[in-house]
Amino acid sequence: MSADTHQERPPRTGLRTWLLSDTPASVAQARCQRFYLAWLAFRSNPIAMTGLGIVAALVLMAILAPWITNGSGLEPELGNRLQGASAEHWFGTDQLGRDLRDRVIWGSRITLYIVGLVGIIVVPVGLLIGTVAGYVGGVVDNVLMRITDVFLAFPRLILALALVAALGPGLENAILAIALTTWSPYARIARAEALTIRNSEFILAAQVQGASTIGILYRHVMPLCVSSVIVRLTLDMAGIILTAAGLGFLGLGAQPPTPEWGAMISTGRQYLLDQWWVPTVPGIAIFVVSLGFNLLGDGLRDVLDPKSGR
Amino acid sequence: MSIANAAGRPRAAARIVGGVGFTLLLTFIGLTAVTFVIGRVMPADPVLAVVGDRAPQDVYDLVYRQMGLDRPLYEQYWRYLEQLSRGDLGTSIMTARPVLDDLIRFFPATLELATIATVLGVFLGIPMGVLAAVRQGQWPDHVVRVLGLIGYSMPIFWLGMVALLVFYANLDWVGGPGRIDVFHDGIVEPVTGLILVDAALAGEWEIFDNAVSHLILPSLVLATFALAYIARMTRSFMLDQLNQEYVLTARVKGVSEPAVIWRHAFRNVLVQLITIIGLTYASLLEGSVLTETVFSWPGIGQYITTSLFNGDMPAVLGGTIVVGVCFVGINMFSDLLYRLVDPRARA
Repeated sequence: MSADTHQERPPRTGLRTWLLSDTPASVAQARCQRFYLAWLAFRSNPIAMTGLGIVAALVLMAILAPWITNGSGLEPELGNRLQGASAEHWFGTDQLGRDLRDRVIWGSRITLYIVGLVGIIVVPVGLLIGTVAGYVGGVVDNVLMRITDVFLAFPRLILALALVAALGPGLENAILAIALTTWSPYARIARAEALTIRNSEFILAAQVQGASTIGILYRHVMPLCVSSVIVRLTLDMAGIILTAAGLGFLGLGAQPPTPEWGAMISTGRQYLLDQWWVPTVPGIAIFVVSLGFNLLGDGLRDVLDPKSGR
Repeated sequence: MSIANAAGRPRAAARIVGGVGFTLLLTFIGLTAVTFVIGRVMPADPVLAVVGDRAPQDVYDLVYRQMGLDRPLYEQYWRYLEQLSRGDLGTSIMTARPVLDDLIRFFPATLELATIATVLGVFLGIPMGVLAAVRQGQWPDHVVRVLGLIGYSMPIFWLGMVALLVFYANLDWVGGPGRIDVFHDGIVEPVTGLILVDAALAGEWEIFDNAVSHLILPSLVLATFALAYIARMTRSFMLDQLNQEYVLTARVKGVSEPAVIWRHAFRNVLVQLITIIGLTYASLLEGSVLTETVFSWPGIGQYITTSLFNGDMPAVLGGTIVVGVCFVGINMFSDLLYRLVDPRARA
């Protein structure tokens, strides 16, 4: 028995030694080691692992939605209105007889769509403005950072409200409004990173070789700023989800019959007294998912920056 | 000591005030520019809103010119700034009253709610944060950390709904939506607009109690975020201080533990907490929009959202500016206070 397990182990140990070796032989090995060490630290943090589990479950739910639901969650089935939880409808049905479990599962796609799109807009904008300000410096830095400060000082929710009022209610407009009010901290972070990178020797080397400013920014400065920006994004995810749900609740985000969780709470609100599950179930979904992102972000910060893990 | 420090160097203080003032000015210009742009990109035609869609072309043209829409953009913006500086936020389409008058009527409700919520957040959050820092790594610390994360992750509009269901509809412990019961409405002469203060001034203690029972739930719900944020920041500031050498010195000298915590460490934290409390207060003034909707609270947030659905753009933008000015003002003020009081922040 024990001989068998011993025979199985060497390849695994081999990978481990390769990953933990003090003398990496290639750049690729060094990179893998960095990730592996971070993963080891991350894995030993129960809070972070819980968060990762919740977020992974959300992603799985979104991917598998067509196979784990009994329909699109959009067609009304008026014979089944407002039924309580049962084997057939785990979370009951809503005012149009739609299965709440199906709708919550389909809603996970919308939640991921929102955070994904906000991230795709906010990260490049923040990176671009921050790195240009930090690397170029001088007047450019001053002007860009003043603009960033102005956006940083704005009341976010109210501004998002006013923007949606001007653009018209809808999911895409809500996303745009959230993105417009969240990019500024990313520019600050990217600038701080760019300031420290700017005076490194490898940047000087690139300059001496005649690399253009745009080339240096794109190839050398931006890639090094990405990781801290991503950590910040993870920490902001919960806030983005809550703002989007809030806009949906006010009727300014996704419009019915879209199964967006905030909008579901808003339309289910009038059934609160007698059929409490209709608005309660999507609220629990919002809470669990934003808790997941908060736990994950908290853990990531602990791992990547032990000093701030207070 | 630190205040004397700032006073002893009036030039440094003047530089700080000047710097904050400059940022403040710039932020106001940015804020008004954004609301101006939002007002212009609004799909509806502002002229049509005034004359109606049956007006003949010459009337339309006349109003178009009267509203200054034929002038270049920068000139329109300048006129807009002039109007704002006179306190003219335009006329609400819905109520046909000046927006500023409407806002003055709705503002006290929001102020009352946000103030009580901030006070709750401060008085519950600070002791929790201190406790977590003192018992770092033990169960009180974990409880506070988990509570904080829950507070951060809670959709407060949903929490408000569930709280209403449980504590009002099922248990009947508190008053329902609104600021006061209908049969108490309009009895107390509004002096400050803050019902608690007005009722106390008039000696109407029954109304005061009723107002408290209506206020307690929304302010607790609104305080969730404040509580989480303040507890977390207090904990982190306290940990910083407790690891300093002066704390060790005090302990070695035989100073009692409560005195070390409250008289030595907490005193140094207090200054940093000013900024945090200011930030919280400002964000609650803004964040009350959702809570007000759930609790039918007649405050600025509800005014803005109702106006929004009625396409009443002057009211929405006026509300945005007033909330924006309060938000920016409180933030800058706490920033200024912090820099003046704490010599470390003056670099």
